Amino acid sequence: MGGVLEILGFAFMQRALAAGLLVALMSGLLGTFVVQRRLSFLGDGLAHSAFGGMGIGALAVVTFGVVEAGGGWLRHPLWVALPFALLTALGIAYVRDRTDLSSDTAIGVFFAVAVALGVLAFSRIPPDVNLGFNVMDLLFGSILAVRTTELTAIVVAAVVVVVTLGFVWGRLAYATFDDELARTDGVRARRLEYLLFVLAAVVVAVSAVVVGIVLMAAYLVIPAAAARLWSRSLAGTSARAVVIGMATTLVGVVASFYLDAPTGSAIILTQAAVFVAAIVLRRR
Amino acid sequence: MRGLAPSAAGAPPAVATAAGGVPASPRPPALHVHDVSVRFGDALVLDDVRFDLEPGHFLAIVGPNGAGKSTLVKVALGLITPQRGHAAIFGHDAGDAPERIGYVPQLKTFDRTFPATAVELVVSGIRRNWPVRIVKAERARAMAALVDVGAETLADRPLARLSGGELQRAFLARALVREPDLVLLDEPATGVDFLAEHDLYDLLERYQARRGATVAMVTHDLSAARFHASRVLVLNRRLHGYGLPEDVLCDECLHEAFGHVGHRHAVAF
Repeated sequence: MGGVLEILGFAFMQRALAAGLLVALMSGLLGTFVVQRRLSFLGDGLAHSAFGGMGIGALAVVTFGVVEAGGGWLRHPLWVALPFALLTALGIAYVRDRTDLSSDTAIGVFFAVAVALGVLAFSRIPPDVNLGFNVMDLLFGSILAVRTTELTAIVVAAVVVVVTLGFVWGRLAYATFDDELARTDGVRARRLEYLLFVLAAVVVAVSAVVVGIVLMAAYLVIPAAAARLWSRSLAGTSARAVVIGMATTLVGVVASFYLDAPTGSAIILTQAAVFVAAIVLRRR
Repeated sequence: MRGLAPSAAGAPPAVATAAGGVPASPRPPALHVHDVSVRFGDALVLDDVRFDLEPGHFLAIVGPNGAGKSTLVKVALGLITPQRGHAAIFGHDAGDAPERIGYVPQLKTFDRTFPATAVELVVSGIRRNWPVRIVKAERARAMAALVDVGAETLADRPLARLSGGELQRAFLARALVREPDLVLLDEPATGVDFLAEHDLYDLLERYQARRGATVAMVTHDLSAARFHASRVLVLNRRLHGYGLPEDVLCDECLHEAFGHVGHRHAVAF
């Protein structure tokens, strides 16, 4: 116990935990709707679109000389990744809404295009240019290296997500239960679906920078899926998803420190262990 | 077309329906459908459908598969905007008076994986959104509605574990809990056994008698239309008949709408 308290005394560890716990909070709240609406692939699609945005952003700062000029926070990939993810989310929602194509098809198309754009953009950047971040960090995350800029973005996103969901939770849950029934009661289900996609894009974009693009989707899906197996209500699923996400983040961060393992992997594997336990011990 | 004359545009509904023996009334019709046409792509689903349903009636909407019955209900609910014409509920444009309608959707469209109990479902009918937590007064009101439909033992059971008949009762309690003036049901007897179906009509008739409410129900069951409805609407894209069951459920009208007269034993008078 003393050892755990000791490592929590490090400033970088406090930032990492704060970032991880807030990502778990947002992911748990949104993941409940994502899982219940069978949109689990959405997290992957949006995270990879963030990668495309990061590539385009990185190429832009190199092309327009921001790197040489110092650039400060403008060099951060988030500033392009976030709007790119938002556009992708709206594009997926539009295709889902206006065509007969299923969600996974719409997500799959945007996913592939975004990755192709990201790879193309990064390939155009000379290898000797110091972008201030590593492409591998974008893919797999670097939660222990989270900076104040990223933590600030996560705090702002968490406030936006919690406040927005606080206003629309009942209506969004109603539309998730039965879109048609909700609409007969005056719920604007289509707008809420667009809002859900936009919130998911915000969470994924700001979190992917820390947790990593590859692991972000798991953060959105696994705690909510495990919670769903233990819950008989949607509100209960949301609460348990947040608790599972936060607890596994705490355990994963501490375990990665002691085991000298990649933190993102340690968190996701801890979440996977809880998911397996949920399947074995699920309420029947 | 057999049966009552549908109301002319702008004509008082009492004039349009008085021929059916219903007392003239200054109240707006419970359901006013005026020259409604709906097209999905190239398919014309509803073609110039026009009728008025006076308050207090039990309407059965019958017709073959793909006749536009569910589409008509969705137009009345304001879920589908017709390309031509309009619908109104008690004088309000479709979709503008949700508090006056209790809707029971087709159960086959319901997602059984959604984590919810029957009492949460009923409370959603009170709140018109989904409850995070249920307060004591809401639970009491929801329980009273479940008692009314004989489903009080289902209150805390997950919806996923309910049979077709039990689920239908839970949805009916949800529709009736706000004491609507118009109850709309879309194929409520699908997937339920004979006894549950009989109980459903019994519950609807008791509710109607108690509240003086109007009921409109899409059904494939011509026998139920004959024995429980006070008005029958035969639809197959166009209106093929509207009026008293004994006038509308005749060989000529059914043949026109269905292409055959169905099973005679089911519709015999």
